Amino acid sequence: MHIIEDGNAAAALGVKLCRANVIAAYPITPQTPLTEKLSEYVELGEMKAEYIPVESEHSAMAVCIAASSTGARAFTATSANGLLYMHEQIQWAAGARLPIVMCVVNRAVGAPWNVWNDQQDSISQRDTGWIQMYCADHQQIIDSVIKAFWLAEKVSIPIMVCYDGYLLSHTFMPFDLPDQEKVDAFLPPFKPEYALNPDEPASLNTVTLPDVRIDVHGELAHGYMEIRYLLQEELRTSLAVAAAAEKRFAEIFGRGGDPYIEPYRCDDADYVAVGLGSLTYQLRVSVDALRKEDIKVGVMGIRFYRPFPDEAIANALKGKKGVIVFEKALSYGYEGALASDLKSALYEHLAGTGHLPLVQNFIAGIGGREIRTDDLTQTLRAATQSRIAKEPTWIGLKL
Amino acid sequence: MQAKTTILSLPTEEFVHPGTRACTGCGLAIAYRVGLKALGKNTILVVPPSCLTVLQGLFPVASTKLPCLNVTFASTAAAATGILATLKSQGKTNIQVAAWAGDGGTSDIGLQALSGAAERGDNFIYLCYDNEGYMNTGVQRSGTTPLGAITANTPFKGKLQQKKDVPAIMAAHHLSYVATCSAAYPLDLYDKIIRCKDMPGAKYFHIHIPCPPGWGYDPRYGIKVGRLAVETGYYDLYEIVNGEFKLTAASEKLVEKRKLVPVREYFRAQSRFKILTDEQIADIQNQIDAKWAAYYKKDEQQ
Repeated sequence: MHIIEDGNAAAALGVKLCRANVIAAYPITPQTPLTEKLSEYVELGEMKAEYIPVESEHSAMAVCIAASSTGARAFTATSANGLLYMHEQIQWAAGARLPIVMCVVNRAVGAPWNVWNDQQDSISQRDTGWIQMYCADHQQIIDSVIKAFWLAEKVSIPIMVCYDGYLLSHTFMPFDLPDQEKVDAFLPPFKPEYALNPDEPASLNTVTLPDVRIDVHGELAHGYMEIRYLLQEELRTSLAVAAAAEKRFAEIFGRGGDPYIEPYRCDDADYVAVGLGSLTYQLRVSVDALRKEDIKVGVMGIRFYRPFPDEAIANALKGKKGVIVFEKALSYGYEGALASDLKSALYEHLAGTGHLPLVQNFIAGIGGREIRTDDLTQTLRAATQSRIAKEPTWIGLKL
Repeated sequence: MQAKTTILSLPTEEFVHPGTRACTGCGLAIAYRVGLKALGKNTILVVPPSCLTVLQGLFPVASTKLPCLNVTFASTAAAATGILATLKSQGKTNIQVAAWAGDGGTSDIGLQALSGAAERGDNFIYLCYDNEGYMNTGVQRSGTTPLGAITANTPFKGKLQQKKDVPAIMAAHHLSYVATCSAAYPLDLYDKIIRCKDMPGAKYFHIHIPCPPGWGYDPRYGIKVGRLAVETGYYDLYEIVNGEFKLTAASEKLVEKRKLVPVREYFRAQSRFKILTDEQIADIQNQIDAKWAAYYKKDEQQ
């Protein structure tokens, strides 16, 4: 059924369809309409879940961690400083291998205070051991939430479903609302390997030594390093599981594509713009405009940022003359984090092949600064003509 | 009124294995052992980093025979909420959730989450074991370290501020049950846990825990030091049931006796108070006497 709703409603509907058992949330703009909607579903009895109005984001994730450890499908959502306030808990959820799903409605972080969109919040959580998915429209939001629960529970790794504040969260768009029966067929009830219960007592997340240690049965138990190594390994192999999720989703719902990247007019392109989220759809307009000028450009959205689909990206960009990375966040003191990751992937897979593209990095839309499509087109045109003077270059800066 | 439990009627089933990593003479080891007997088998525990994390053992060994979720320092009560919500969604209504946190984890870094869970009326028992400092990290001051106590970060002047009154803060949340206890009176702790188990919402326990390395006394004197705190009227055992305050156990008896041991004896039994001057002790004695005069007056009015 096609409906017209805002992006937050798309996320809320996805969570409802997934039959989350426990939802904990603390209000922060622009996430609030999403969690308000969930509280509405629960109060009206449209959704059978426990909705916990916690006193902080740190506690929101604490509730999710404990709920997931006790066998619940747990969900929360946040933005900006709320996400940063959770940071300790985010690391904990990944280390404890809990399949929590969280929507991050992307917003700039303070200081100074700013409530508008950029992606500094979720990018700054890149190294926490979570899977990060980025959405470019409302269909992707609702579909990603559904895929995220399935994937998280398969690999026992938590997932952030990220989408741009206001640009997606507060704009209305038509999208297909999946049938409940199909979602139930796609996503079976959550059955963890172990859930806290007095009949099988276990102590979770106890102090773990640097080295391995013999347990009471004489078996060698992991040390901290082994546990952390497995998180890394299983994050890497979750890329293949994500492909399986995409395939399964396509079979049941009849839509899907490449699980990792979303290329647009890239096949014959000499230059490819790369980015995360709604900006990549805006870039399609610039690409179409430049194609009329016979400039061979394309754009590629990255749907999976962690684990980084380095091989898929390198294959897609092999032999291109240039890669132009647009980012709404950066690793302060260097450049855009995505640009660094891309360079690393390209070097890893293409160095010495003679097909290594030149990478240029642009920063745009920080703190919600308007990104004009004309500016994107101009930037893209210029980047295909000559190398930019300064890495990274900020677009629309008024200094 | 339930019958008082004696050492003979205390259940023999143990939920703490022998040979924990607690220090010799640790007051927490006593309170935890007896407290778990009262909570019983059908319990899920929540523990933040604290001395108890050490007592619990190192992976893959656990000293407690109950399921336990170790959580981050500031999130204890919120984690209890998450377990409760899940049990509710699973239709399991007979499992007790109990959080055990230290005084730093309660009065300082964990206070926000505790206040949130208490305000929401989440149905669990929160037990703060108060050894009056960050003992696990090497005896630094906490919100509940008493005035005058030397700690690793109040090394010469001692703590210059009063102890934070956490039970009063919790009572202000309109809880069905708030109690103070002491490791020196473990059976009182047992009886109080049993009494409140079926009461609604969050139940708060504040347990005074003598700590040999943190307080500076020979480990064999832990019970004596703990009792002195009560017998001097310095630390009071009471219950607040649905808003009604009542002295209990040994403190209740002190009202009948109308006689307190001088607080000097409590201070002089520990090296952490060695810099307290006679004038300071006299001042504290005056405060205790005034507090107890009010208790006596209330007793006479009843």
